[in-house]
Amino acid sequence: MGTESVGKTQGAGLWGWITERFPIDEMLREHVTEYWTPKNFNFWYIFGVISGFVLVVQLVTGMFLTMNYKPSAAEAFASVEYIMRDVEWGWLIRYLHSTGASAFFIVVYLHMFRALLYGSYRAPRELVWIFGMVIYLALMAEAFMGYLLPWGNMSYWGAQVIVSLFGTFPLIGDALVEWIRGDFYISDITLNRFFALHVAVLPIVLVFLAVAHILALHKVGSLNPDGVEIWDETDARGIPKDGIAFHPYFTVKDLFYLAMFLLLFCGIVFFAPTFNGLFLEAPNFEPANAMNTPPHISPVWYFTPFYAMLRAVPSFLGTQVWGVLVMFAAIVLLFFLPWLDRSPVKSIRYKGPITKVALGLFAVTFVVLGVCGMKPAVGIYPLLARIFTLLYFAFFLLMPWYSRIDSVKPVPKRVTYHAH
Amino acid sequence: MRTDTLARAFTALALLVLPVAAHAEEGGSFPAAGNDIRNHASLQRGARNFMNYCSGCHSAQYVRYNRVAKDLGIPEAELKANLMFTSEKSFETIRIAMRPEDAKKWFGTTPPDLSLMARARGSDYIYAFLRSFYADPAKPTGVNNTVLAGTAMPHVLADLQGVQRAVFRTEPGEGGVAKTEFDRFELAQPGTLSPEKYDDFVRDTVNFLQYIGEPVEAQRRDLGVWVTLFLLVFTAFAYLLYKEYWRDVH
Repeated sequence: MGTESVGKTQGAGLWGWITERFPIDEMLREHVTEYWTPKNFNFWYIFGVISGFVLVVQLVTGMFLTMNYKPSAAEAFASVEYIMRDVEWGWLIRYLHSTGASAFFIVVYLHMFRALLYGSYRAPRELVWIFGMVIYLALMAEAFMGYLLPWGNMSYWGAQVIVSLFGTFPLIGDALVEWIRGDFYISDITLNRFFALHVAVLPIVLVFLAVAHILALHKVGSLNPDGVEIWDETDARGIPKDGIAFHPYFTVKDLFYLAMFLLLFCGIVFFAPTFNGLFLEAPNFEPANAMNTPPHISPVWYFTPFYAMLRAVPSFLGTQVWGVLVMFAAIVLLFFLPWLDRSPVKSIRYKGPITKVALGLFAVTFVVLGVCGMKPAVGIYPLLARIFTLLYFAFFLLMPWYSRIDSVKPVPKRVTYHAH
Repeated sequence: MRTDTLARAFTALALLVLPVAAHAEEGGSFPAAGNDIRNHASLQRGARNFMNYCSGCHSAQYVRYNRVAKDLGIPEAELKANLMFTSEKSFETIRIAMRPEDAKKWFGTTPPDLSLMARARGSDYIYAFLRSFYADPAKPTGVNNTVLAGTAMPHVLADLQGVQRAVFRTEPGEGGVAKTEFDRFELAQPGTLSPEKYDDFVRDTVNFLQYIGEPVEAQRRDLGVWVTLFLLVFTAFAYLLYKEYWRDVH
């Protein structure tokens, strides 16, 4: 086929030389210039691109941090301060990375909520959702391991608490914890392996998963706020009537929203990098100290909804494993969302009042659990955590029932769109 | 769409609730120290205070002498003459001669490094702490502290502040058991500084501690203004470009 295809290329010069040997033209057409995208995307559809952008920010800033960071219990804390004080622009790179971690979770949570709103996970997009969920799991592992690296006192005790969770499993618990830490306590060995996983293994996994997520999406096409399949209505050329090219239309639109995002992001980086102790916790400005437990240990905010569920479950039969199981179940349930939703329509716009109330309540639940997880388990918080843990599970476990019996509005044939 | 607005409201709510929740969690709040990291005169006085009163026992092991001099506009000769008491080179960091083992023996604990104390505990905390020593004969150091009860730290600024007495009051507590609450300080024996001057002294010192906690803070904020202005202009052009392209979409 070699000589034939060479004769067919239109390009000349270097570009022509490349396109004869590499399918860059086809790839750009398939994924960018001729990726037909529903024109009625709203505000909620910007967070996928922004997640990708934050991933790149984390990879680039992380690479520069690695050049000066020392993954050793003796030197890690001091090397971070070295970056903050002596490395040219080190402070900026470090704040971009630490703010980027929280920003990643903010945009990913909003991206996932978009899927809940408009049914982005429904057939035939189950794999898009599942790849996305695996990305979320990898991201949690990445964030957890990265949090140990500054070797601050909260890094240390946070890791201590979370790793200990695996010790609640009967029989294998203790051995499992020792295997994860590589030692009898969180030590230099733990720091070294978390560093390896954080900078090499998980970033590669994340990039591959992100590619798989996008390939799966582009195979089935993007859904939209109306939950209408745009490929059902195509024109004479076989192009969806409601689809427009990703480039230039969505590249310019996303550029604008990316700029808006950067305004907020840089606002935090330059004016409030600790974000009131939420993004960089105060106890983490003291070095790790096995003899000095911080007065109140809580994970970083993005883990707190799950941490609240963990603490909400009382121990019985002499083990606390139930809380750990509930916490894991809260995440595992999300994988099954495409099969839990039995509504005849996809988008919240055409779903009935029960679903709307359930989804609104779920959003509140997630925030309340997040707050409960940050607070010490005293006063009203343990009770709140228990109530909202039940609500969290009810949202998913009752979905097959309420999504089916709920009333629906008629779905239009074409998307609703008002020209600018 | 109504539901979209609703969902957006939830997001806004979440973003608002989280920082507030975190703030509330910080527990004991202290009156503002009222220091200003852009006030170089105050920072220079703070550096003097730190070197004379703190650095005998507390290191600032991440802080280089010449960085301080450069940031605060202190000439090298003056730095060496007035702020460097041991034979360090000016590019070295602020270390102490006392060995941690000895410190542990003498004070029962090692005096913490102060490089990041203002970030770990907050400037307001340190300001309150340094003003809250009071005479307590039961303690080996002769003093106690209402901010950090049972502190091992002696009142090294007692010459300046004088001796304070803590006045406690009894209040009815839960179940009819009266509990003792701190009420106010009384100056039992004046120091060389008036209370107002002493507060200024502590404020300058705290200011210096905040500066060494994050030497780049002022530069960070200054740069942030320019970054924000650039992004505003960029966003405006990006918006116009977006609207221009989307005029074709019907």
